[in-house]
Amino acid sequence: MSTEPTLLAPAVAEPATPARTMMKRLVRNPVVAIGGTVLLLMTMIGLFAPWLGTLDPTAINPSTRNRLPGFERTIRADDGTATVFKHRMGTDSLGRDVYSRVVYGARVSLLIAVSVASIAIAIGLVIGLVAGYVRPLDGVIMRFMDGLMAIPGILLAIAVVSLFRSGLVSVIIAIIVPEIPRVVRVVRSIVLSVREEPYVEAAIMAGTRLPKLMVRHILPNTIAPLIVQGTFIAASAILVEAILSFLGIGIPPEIPTWGNIMAEGRNLFRVFPHNILYPGIFLALTVLAVNMLGDGLRDTLDPKMAGR
Amino acid sequence: MLGYILRRLLATIPVLVIVAVLVFLMLRLTPGDPAAVIAGDNANTEQIALIRNRLGLDQPILTQFLIWAGNLLRGDLGESFFFKKPIGELIIGRIEPTLSLAFATMLIAISVAIPLGVLAAYKHGSWIDRIVMGFSVLGFSVPVFVIGYALIYVFAITLGWFPVQGYQPLSGGLSGFLQRLVLPAVTLSVIYIALIARMTRASVLEVLNEDYIRTARAKGQVERKILFRHALKNAAVPIVTVVGIGIALLIGGVVVTESVYSIPGLGRLTVDAVLARDYPTIQAVILLFSGVYVGINLLIDLAYSLFDPRIRY
Amino acid sequence: MAGRWKTLVAACAIIAGTSLAQAQTLKIVMHSDVKIVDPIWTTAYIVRNHGYMIYDTLFSMDEAGNIKPQMVESFTESADKLTYKFTLRDGMTWHDGKPVTAADCIASITRWSAKDPVGQKLMTFVDTITADDAKSFTVKLKSPTGLLIFGLGKPSSNVPFMMPERVAKTDPNTQISEFIGSGPFVLKTDEWKPGDKIVYTKFKDYKPRAEPASGLAGGKVAKVERIEWLAVSDQQQAVNALLAGEIDMVEQPAFDLIPLLAGDKSIKLWNYNPLGLQYTMRFNHTQPPFDNPKVRQAVTYALNQKDFLEATVGNPDYYKPCKAMFVCGTQLASEKGMEGLLESNFRKSQELLKEAGYDGKPIVLLHSTDLQSLTNLGPVAKQLLEKGGFKVDMQSSDWQTVVSRRVRKDPIDKGGWNVMQTSWVSADILNPVMAGFFNASCDKAAFGWPCDAQMEKLRDDFAREPDPAKQKAIAEAVQMRWREIVTHVHLGQYNVPIATRTNVTGILTAPAPVFWNVEKK
Repeated sequence: MSTEPTLLAPAVAEPATPARTMMKRLVRNPVVAIGGTVLLLMTMIGLFAPWLGTLDPTAINPSTRNRLPGFERTIRADDGTATVFKHRMGTDSLGRDVYSRVVYGARVSLLIAVSVASIAIAIGLVIGLVAGYVRPLDGVIMRFMDGLMAIPGILLAIAVVSLFRSGLVSVIIAIIVPEIPRVVRVVRSIVLSVREEPYVEAAIMAGTRLPKLMVRHILPNTIAPLIVQGTFIAASAILVEAILSFLGIGIPPEIPTWGNIMAEGRNLFRVFPHNILYPGIFLALTVLAVNMLGDGLRDTLDPKMAGR
Repeated sequence: MLGYILRRLLATIPVLVIVAVLVFLMLRLTPGDPAAVIAGDNANTEQIALIRNRLGLDQPILTQFLIWAGNLLRGDLGESFFFKKPIGELIIGRIEPTLSLAFATMLIAISVAIPLGVLAAYKHGSWIDRIVMGFSVLGFSVPVFVIGYALIYVFAITLGWFPVQGYQPLSGGLSGFLQRLVLPAVTLSVIYIALIARMTRASVLEVLNEDYIRTARAKGQVERKILFRHALKNAAVPIVTVVGIGIALLIGGVVVTESVYSIPGLGRLTVDAVLARDYPTIQAVILLFSGVYVGINLLIDLAYSLFDPRIRY
Repeated sequence: MAGRWKTLVAACAIIAGTSLAQAQTLKIVMHSDVKIVDPIWTTAYIVRNHGYMIYDTLFSMDEAGNIKPQMVESFTESADKLTYKFTLRDGMTWHDGKPVTAADCIASITRWSAKDPVGQKLMTFVDTITADDAKSFTVKLKSPTGLLIFGLGKPSSNVPFMMPERVAKTDPNTQISEFIGSGPFVLKTDEWKPGDKIVYTKFKDYKPRAEPASGLAGGKVAKVERIEWLAVSDQQQAVNALLAGEIDMVEQPAFDLIPLLAGDKSIKLWNYNPLGLQYTMRFNHTQPPFDNPKVRQAVTYALNQKDFLEATVGNPDYYKPCKAMFVCGTQLASEKGMEGLLESNFRKSQELLKEAGYDGKPIVLLHSTDLQSLTNLGPVAKQLLEKGGFKVDMQSSDWQTVVSRRVRKDPIDKGGWNVMQTSWVSADILNPVMAGFFNASCDKAAFGWPCDAQMEKLRDDFAREPDPAKQKAIAEAVQMRWREIVTHVHLGQYNVPIATRTNVTGILTAPAPVFWNVEKK
């Protein structure tokens, strides 16, 4: 490292660690590696669901309800040929194949996780930037956010679900709304602190236009904390979806998610535990993986918070 | 100081007003029609319209809001559409189970989580640390109701140590009260233990690296004394914070736990009210929960300013 | 020696005493929580059941389906069948100790008939009701009808329960605020906590009839001191609690959990309501495509009852496919005109749809997901209707949302609906007048709003016909007309057993669960 260039370099030294070193550190972190692998596996399962020996997850069959794992059923196709299908994880109270539902459930549950996290962060980012930058609006926005935050998340989600008829979109909205104020707070505090930095003040003095200022100086600082925040939002989204299903106001059972497979099976837990067991394992593993990923990311991207 | 407290108290008012407006608007925009729910299967359109009129649901939203807000200011929460009882009375009848559950949960969580967290910090990097951290991540990853059913299956059905469900008021005898409270409280405390243990570990770790602890060590003070006298004391602030944050978590958990164990508390009142579109009750309960949340966080803030001179006011 | 015996006896007495106190309280998990307590104001079954606890009726239905006097000691019918004189039994009092009078009964009949469909119909025949003295009253009719005695003994919602005059004077569209009856149990208002439990105690001054109890008729002898209905929303937890002996009875255990109960020696299952219930599909007649009778007929071909019953009940011991529109096992039941229907003849259904010019626009099927007994109906209906040529948009929500939506006449794109499914207690649909879904009086009909003058004429004829044989003929004519206009479709008959601990005995066979005559040993 030579001293010469540093003297000449402008004071806009961006956050130190170069991206490549960061990636290396991430991959080497065992927590991130395990979490990432599990998550990747679940994503693959979700994506390739139709080719993993599944049936239509919504096809009901009243004559073979509540069968234990391993039950074999002969399926007659329209052309008269018969095949034997083994219900690896049994069937539910409508005779649907639990294995197929769990595999397809990966799709929906992950979709919920990803969409909730990204939309909550996108909306939160915009509001947070506005609140942090446009001083006159700050007070109003933050009081509103305080109000939103004061309503316990689950209750808020319940109330939002009852707003619309229950469906995929309304459940996603219901989970997003309570997350927004948390994102806004993070973004706003970053904006406020970055504004005080000498290099940003210098840029403002130099007449840098707002969009450029945002993209150049403010946004990059929000990326790391928001990625971390995003993983935790994703993990909690999967859980909240399950809880809404449990309370009977989640995604309609036509669309399989781990949450509503479990919610449906809970009444028969004592007789047919497989309805809760298998989706439960998948759900817990995934949430665990996302949480591990989040922890690892935070330790690596945000060393100040390491260990928390 | 007094001025600060007063200012903080006043600052909660707009928050609660916003909550009230939000909740009110949200519910009045829902497609559900409480009148139809109340009327039942045989009712015809005319009868439903009559009920709607009696409940005041056919008036403009603004009028409905003003009536409600006016009554609220006079301390009148209104009357439940369904239970036909004053909501204040309903809530009072439901407070004991929920408070008992919340206190028992906190008690279990704190008495388990703080020693665990301190231990993990002290044995930083050891297998004990890893197990505690592993558990705390796991605790966040399993839905409350699954934990509940698993505990019921093992401890109530298979072993028969505890009743399967129900609640007995404290006035009905201490042993019955405790017997019915243990399983729900343990169920609910899992996520809390995870949260607090994590936070305790982190803050104790941070403090252990501070200079004065090193000095104390250098002076040859007993390790246990260092841990409990210095480290934990200084780690108290972040731990208290996490308890405050956890209140929201606890409220969400109460709703589910009370449903699993059929505990007649505020959580079940909320779910029942939502499913029945009992607007005045939902409004009152959400407002109450939000008030509790805001109140507890206010107390925590005030506690900081009392105990931590670094915080300016 | 003698001393030792004495202590032993004393000890036994103490033990016996405590178990006696235990034996005097029945803890029951009913199918729902009691939130509303006015059985005239709402038709909810849980409120009807509550009504049977604290109120009494003038007439009641026995096990065989005959209407028998209950509070009425005797009555006379004039030769022209236009004047009826009723005399009340001696010694009946309200729970507050005041005597039951004819004026109380008249006020109660008036309030009931303002709300109940049978009552409303009955009133079109009634000229005057007048009290003769404190214990007797006279009903004068404009023309003869079988509805008077039948209506006063109507077994299910709304049951004409008798209330004190001051309570019965309450506007029928306002809930009553005083809960005093003359029935065998008293409501403990101070212990009633909605969402938790409702408590009843034995009414000490109740004078049961001398006849043994039969169905809802006969002597109502309360054999336990105290009954608690507990609100347990989780089905499995209710069954767990019953198996653990924490409670004595579950009124409607989930079908899939019945094997668990049937396999346990400490549990007895009571098939107390052989008429049971009827799953029903209801169309919205005001919205396309179901404003076209041909499209509704197509549904009767596409569906079959067995699939619905298998998916919801599962155990053939508890279900029975029954095509008759008036409850299999009763006098009016008939298969006339039902040939070929409900046999999943998808080709016929598709043909009819083509004839009707169905445009393939998805029909909105309301699906309730939180009521165990209804949840599985939706997916079965969707599958069968799709095979029958329909496009189906199944919209899932909680039951209360279904209830809110089904009363809206809005077009589909404004939150309206096409089809929904529910369940009727058979005792509510025994004949064309009482079965609300046959009411085809357009806007005045129940949700779904069928509109057919001929059907209304037949229902009116039925009400005017006192002769049972002729009634049956009219009922068959109703069924034939139904085949044309298809007001609704029955998806199969089933019954839910009551599950009790084996030390509970005396559950009566009746269209509603009642708790007099029930003992706990």
